[in-house]
Amino acid sequence: MTGFSWNLIEDVALLLSYHFMLNALRAGTIVAVLAGAIGYFMVLRRQSFAGHTLAVIGFPGAAGATWLGLSASAGYFGFCIAGALVIAALPRAGRRSSGLGGYGDESAVIGTVQAVALACGFLFVSQYRGFLSGLTSLLFGTITGVSDAQVLALLAAGAGCLLALLALGRPLLFSTIDPDVAEARGVPVRLVGAGFLVLLAVAAAGTSQVTGSLLVFALLVTPAATASRLTARPGLGLLLSILIAVAVTWLGEGIAFFSPYPIGFWVTTLAFAAFLLATGYRAATERLGRRAAASPAAAPAGSPAGGGSR
Amino acid sequence: MSEQSPGEVRIPAGAELLALTGVTAAVGGRAIFSDVTLRVRAGEFVAVLGPNGVGKSTLLKAVLGLLPISGGRVEVFDAPPGRHNSRIGYLPQRRAFDPATRIRGIDIVRMGWDGDRWGVALPGLLTGRAGRAARDRVREVIALVGAERYAHRPIGQCSGGEQQRLLIAQALIRRPELLVLDEPLDSLDVTNQASVSALIQSVCRSHGVAVLLVAHDVNPILPYLDQVIYLAHGGAVMGPPEQVITADTLSMLYGTTIDVLRDRTGRLVVVGQPDSHAEHEPRR
Repeated sequence: MTGFSWNLIEDVALLLSYHFMLNALRAGTIVAVLAGAIGYFMVLRRQSFAGHTLAVIGFPGAAGATWLGLSASAGYFGFCIAGALVIAALPRAGRRSSGLGGYGDESAVIGTVQAVALACGFLFVSQYRGFLSGLTSLLFGTITGVSDAQVLALLAAGAGCLLALLALGRPLLFSTIDPDVAEARGVPVRLVGAGFLVLLAVAAAGTSQVTGSLLVFALLVTPAATASRLTARPGLGLLLSILIAVAVTWLGEGIAFFSPYPIGFWVTTLAFAAFLLATGYRAATERLGRRAAASPAAAPAGSPAGGGSR
Repeated sequence: MSEQSPGEVRIPAGAELLALTGVTAAVGGRAIFSDVTLRVRAGEFVAVLGPNGVGKSTLLKAVLGLLPISGGRVEVFDAPPGRHNSRIGYLPQRRAFDPATRIRGIDIVRMGWDGDRWGVALPGLLTGRAGRAARDRVREVIALVGAERYAHRPIGQCSGGEQQRLLIAQALIRRPELLVLDEPLDSLDVTNQASVSALIQSVCRSHGVAVLLVAHDVNPILPYLDQVIYLAHGGAVMGPPEQVITADTLSMLYGTTIDVLRDRTGRLVVVGQPDSHAEHEPRR
């Protein structure tokens, strides 16, 4: 289709001259900010499995909505939020299973639900005839499919979600890291957990509309995991996670525009590359730190950050 | 004592912070302990002792109002439990943080200050005096527990003793009048047991904070204790350690022959306690 020249400014101008690309970038940016922020807490809470399940639950939602002639957006959001409420209501799901510093994985019930959701989605897609390319784009994302209305819906959902996350803020972090003490201090731990699952559902549903149901993790987990390898400060980690998600989305969408390969592949690959770099950086600094600690000359090793606590 | 300025809540020395009278607790229909009477006065160091499964942690949860009791009366700061938890520093029973936990110790300490308030912490520039007060207090408690060297490390990479000190700092940050500690020495080696015990003792003595501490082994804290309470399913005995930890008292409490031996270094060994896992590490 369109040719790539080595003049990057012209390339960007060309890219932005297409309305569908503009929409893809708008949707991608909203979703990346949302997924980067929510994903950071999801990784901290060890709720990646729940996040993945919620994303997969969006697939039958979108497929069913398309089959019934409704908007795919409504299907994604409706099913994901309903799924979150079910998981939150499951006895003991969302409660930590052991120790401190995060949540145990949710029970096998969630895995079972995930399988049923995928099967239902497949059924709905097969019922909807003449929707041949639909299955792949629902599962793996598409660059052309974002409408103006969808961008607006994403913007509203994303803004609401981020505001709610800001409001939950400290109690969410507290009940993630130290649920017993948080409870003793009067934090409604269970309610905060349920609220977070709903936010996670909105983020998963939104992200699905850009990356597809199966590649949601490219934005929800990978940037957050990358950020947490780079810093142990909550504020900075959150910021880095968002920045990485936005960067890989922009780059991925740009490259996908000029290449024959799909967007999901590019976004995921770039995110994975960032993760590998961060892991390498971490291993290197830890080795250096250990060597510095081993040599008696470097006395105050192990505290790279001096002041500036938040 | 009556010369208080209005608005200033100052607890006179020796006032009762905690009063449990004839308390019975049941979890899931199973009676844990019954008829427990306990008093903790301001500035006192009190240990809760007893075999596994007798409800030592349950007792602490009842004090915090996290668990309803099935009989008796609990009064905390002259009010029902749970009403004044901001005046209590709580350290739950725990194992160590996951090594992969990527949060710094200083962040954990800070959570004790304002972690329960809605919203997010704003950057220092925007919060002015309140923000500075918070940061100063964080630095102060970290210095108090001697954790300056590793407070900026991810908590998962700190040793058990270091984690425990940081968590004690978190419990102390709001200047509580009562510390409620659930087996704070349990996962520590002998050296750290001694140093953390000494830290708790110094907090108790020099800052006047009363301590209610559940222990599996009384020896590390024995020299510091004002009172001990020995829990049994049918009741409890409270008093100074030298009166309670005796063969006669404990035999009577548990209805079986119990010996209390003392070795040359003064360590107490209680033999014959009806502890279901007496020969093993406490199971959780």
